[in-house]
Amino acid sequence: MLRILCFVVATVVSSMTFADVSAVYGFDDRSEEQRYQNLIAELRCPKCQNQNIADSNSPISKDMRNAVYQMMLEGASDQEIVDSLVGRFGEFVKYKPDLDSRTFMLWATPAIAVLGGLIVVAGIVVRSRRTGTAAPTLSAEEQARIDKMLAEKNRNGSA
Amino acid sequence: MKRFLLFLPLLAAIIVGVVLFAGIGKDPTKLDSALIGKPVPAFSLRDLKQPETTLDEAVFRGEITLLNVWGTWCPSCRDEHDDLMWLAREKKVSIIGLNYKDNRDDALVWLDRLGDPYSKVIYDPKGTLGFDLGVYGAPETFVIDASGVVRYRHVGVVNGDVWERVLLPVINDARENG
Amino acid sequence: MYPELGQLALILALLLAVLLSVVPLVGSLTGRDNLQAFARPLTTGMFVFVGLAFTVLTHAFLTDDFSVAYVANNSNSMLPWYYKFSAVWGGHEGSLLLWILMLTGWTMAVAIFSRRLPSVMISQVLSVLGMVSVGFMLFIVITSNPFDRLLPNVPADGADLNPLLQDFGLIVHPPMLYMGYVGFAVAFAFAIAALINGRLDAAWARWSRPWTTVAWAFLSIGIALGSWWAYYELGWGGWWFWDPVENASLLPWLSGTALMHSLAVTEKRGVFKSWTVLLAIVTFSLSLLGTFLVRSGVLTSVHAFASDPERGTFLLALLAITILASLMLYAFRAPVVHVRSRYGSLSREIFLLLNNVLLVSATLLVAVGTLYPLVLDFFELGKISIGEPFFNLTFSPLAVATGLLLGVGTFSRWKKTDGGWLARKLLWPLAVSLLISTAVMVAYGGFKPWAFLGVFTAVWVTTATFWDLWDKSSSKKGRVHGLKRQSRSYYGMVLGHLGLAITMAGATVVSNYGIERDVRMVPGDVATVGDYQFRFVDIGERRGQNFTAQYGSFDVMLDGKQVAELHPEKRQYAVGMSVMTEADIDAGLFRDIFVAVGERISDNAWAIRLQYKPLIRWLWLGALFMAAGGFLAISDRRYRIRERDTERSAVSSPGQANTQRPAGAVS
Repeated sequence: MLRILCFVVATVVSSMTFADVSAVYGFDDRSEEQRYQNLIAELRCPKCQNQNIADSNSPISKDMRNAVYQMMLEGASDQEIVDSLVGRFGEFVKYKPDLDSRTFMLWATPAIAVLGGLIVVAGIVVRSRRTGTAAPTLSAEEQARIDKMLAEKNRNGSA
Repeated sequence: MKRFLLFLPLLAAIIVGVVLFAGIGKDPTKLDSALIGKPVPAFSLRDLKQPETTLDEAVFRGEITLLNVWGTWCPSCRDEHDDLMWLAREKKVSIIGLNYKDNRDDALVWLDRLGDPYSKVIYDPKGTLGFDLGVYGAPETFVIDASGVVRYRHVGVVNGDVWERVLLPVINDARENG
Repeated sequence: MYPELGQLALILALLLAVLLSVVPLVGSLTGRDNLQAFARPLTTGMFVFVGLAFTVLTHAFLTDDFSVAYVANNSNSMLPWYYKFSAVWGGHEGSLLLWILMLTGWTMAVAIFSRRLPSVMISQVLSVLGMVSVGFMLFIVITSNPFDRLLPNVPADGADLNPLLQDFGLIVHPPMLYMGYVGFAVAFAFAIAALINGRLDAAWARWSRPWTTVAWAFLSIGIALGSWWAYYELGWGGWWFWDPVENASLLPWLSGTALMHSLAVTEKRGVFKSWTVLLAIVTFSLSLLGTFLVRSGVLTSVHAFASDPERGTFLLALLAITILASLMLYAFRAPVVHVRSRYGSLSREIFLLLNNVLLVSATLLVAVGTLYPLVLDFFELGKISIGEPFFNLTFSPLAVATGLLLGVGTFSRWKKTDGGWLARKLLWPLAVSLLISTAVMVAYGGFKPWAFLGVFTAVWVTTATFWDLWDKSSSKKGRVHGLKRQSRSYYGMVLGHLGLAITMAGATVVSNYGIERDVRMVPGDVATVGDYQFRFVDIGERRGQNFTAQYGSFDVMLDGKQVAELHPEKRQYAVGMSVMTEADIDAGLFRDIFVAVGERISDNAWAIRLQYKPLIRWLWLGALFMAAGGFLAISDRRYRIRERDTERSAVSSPGQANTQRPAGAVS
């Protein structure tokens, strides 16, 4: 009996996965960890040559990552965290531009371009129906010339 | 009508060209402060030279001051130090220092050796006030008016030219428009 | 070998380029054959002298001639010889020399492979290419001379090549990229020549097409290499950052793809000529814009060369002259053709036109996203950043739409396609795509709407392509005969579209199902990422040729079995003291395992970055397929007929080969 018990205990213990390491910035929840990763990927290092604070080794990026972490622990939302950093460093540190009167043209560009293009194409199709001919027709003389040329070509090809 | 449409790409190219031309020579790493028009954020930090004294944002009220962010680890700060001494002595500018992410003893030795242009120095070893001010690299110099509101932030060294061209106009403007 | 020889060679090349710009062009406009005949010899001479200059610079690097400033700034005696060789293009001046070498090389190729083109056309094409060469040679000689000397104070040793560049990537990425960038100059030259001589027709499109396709194929490879290099070199596992310099290479690629497809329509049907010409001008203009953005300091980027306002201004002037002159020529001389033939709303012409709408919209999107911060700054409206979140939101729908359109358009016929027939054709691809996409969602663990869309589109394109191949290869003489009957051009298209599908699948899966963790580990710890366990064995020191490194050892396990042993490093280079993270990757066709060492947290604790990257290799594999498709397409019979044609007409009728028929010859 004892042997069976030992066996069961041993099996159970050995099938437990190793206790996992903590993230450099540790969270209880994997989804919180993911949220942290997403946030720091969207914030820009104010000093570097175009890097987000996730990939940058500069001291200011470290400070910013720390700030993001602390604010997440305090329960701040994504918007609150970003706003807090923008309030200090300016909107330069946000990789996703706001949608406001200044950036309207930016966000609207793809829609305008595609819609504009579709309208042009529709116009071409409609106009072609009105003015276009289904297929060019040849006069009898042109047809005869073509027949001769094709015959000539076939003769040369087989020679 | 069709011929007119063919001129549109040319027009677009000219516009892009003008924008690109305007961009040449500008430094994309010099950012405007997000705090312009806002008061200096609240803080409570020790005075560098008198460790028992605590300083807070009230230290900026009463007169127009420059807030200079510096550290002994920063080589450019060494470069601008003599200009700061000149500003303090000759131009009688009130400069408050922010000793950013530094060691107290090193900072005191530095001021002792090179001279002290600062009326007061805030000791910020962890960089918390610097962070709240949006400092991203020393040296940086802020112009703060008599009510403690941030008027301007200059990134990089302060020298005679920067004083004349950049800082003085802001200070004069702050004097006139309170 | 004296570096001054190189400088002399450049100046001689410049003189020849000036002659090339003028003499054959004048000859073509005045009908003087003797002047036109100068085109090919001048081209050869120009190429030879640039080649000589390049050889001299390479020799200076390989022999550690630090009296040359550029060598002193970019090399070091301890550098391995293969990096000394690629350091030639590691900095601004040398990379420009590579640019001009490629340009004169392409000009040479055009001169060689265009025997059957009318003399007027080829003279003008080569002259235009000569003009572009003049611009760049002037730029090099006046502002960016790689042969400037540091006499009399020759440094004892060089400043070393940036450690980030001491990698295989530097040997292959810039040459491939430049081959693409510069190759579009040929399509540009053909377009300008056509505008000048007014001969804008299907024949012009047929001549332009192979040059455009080859340039596009090289650019595809170049971009893929850049992405791959950034992935393993920069230590953070990303493969595309929407960085301004990366966008600068994507812009001509998107526009070039549109051009390739538009040329197909113009060649086959003789329509959309003005549009195609505009695309040819725009594509090369985007190449030039890219060259400017990388070197002017106007936008911040990890990839940018050191900036200099004087150079920036010169380059912008060069750009302005080239682009404005071409667009002015276009505005005045492009044909304004009225629609004469009839397009069914589901005809192949319309599908390709829609393809162009989507690709050009994508080009516009990337261009606006890259330049918008400059525009706002110009109007003093503040400094904003536009990065990945913006582009992912806006680019993905366009990519999906393009793929979906591709699937449908594969079955379209020229002039008219029956709607009902088309819908019936799409049933199989629809069913298969739904099935496989669902299976992929299940396999990777979870439905994500964008992942589903991306995978669906990739499978959609694949099934449509194969279904069309099946259709076309059905033959009374058997399947094999049917397959053999298809042209190389067709198979090129098949490969190209499959490549797109593969890349889309890779991008979608790795973006949605990849896992990344930043963890704190001491030797002995085990971390879990997805189904994998990472055991940190130990970390110690090791020495390389010009660096010392912290060398880590990791065992990677799946289901208890070890699948990989990885050794990421943190290197410190002897010269310059820079610190570099070298990730180690276990590569696989279906997934990559990625480990990088971050900072030291304490005496024995390190921050370690662990990543699981499913299907990431498909990104670059797809690009290889696309390029292979391009190369296959240009080996098509129609481009090789010329030899038989010229032989036959030399025998049957003297004088001009294909253009004139002696009166009375046909009886």
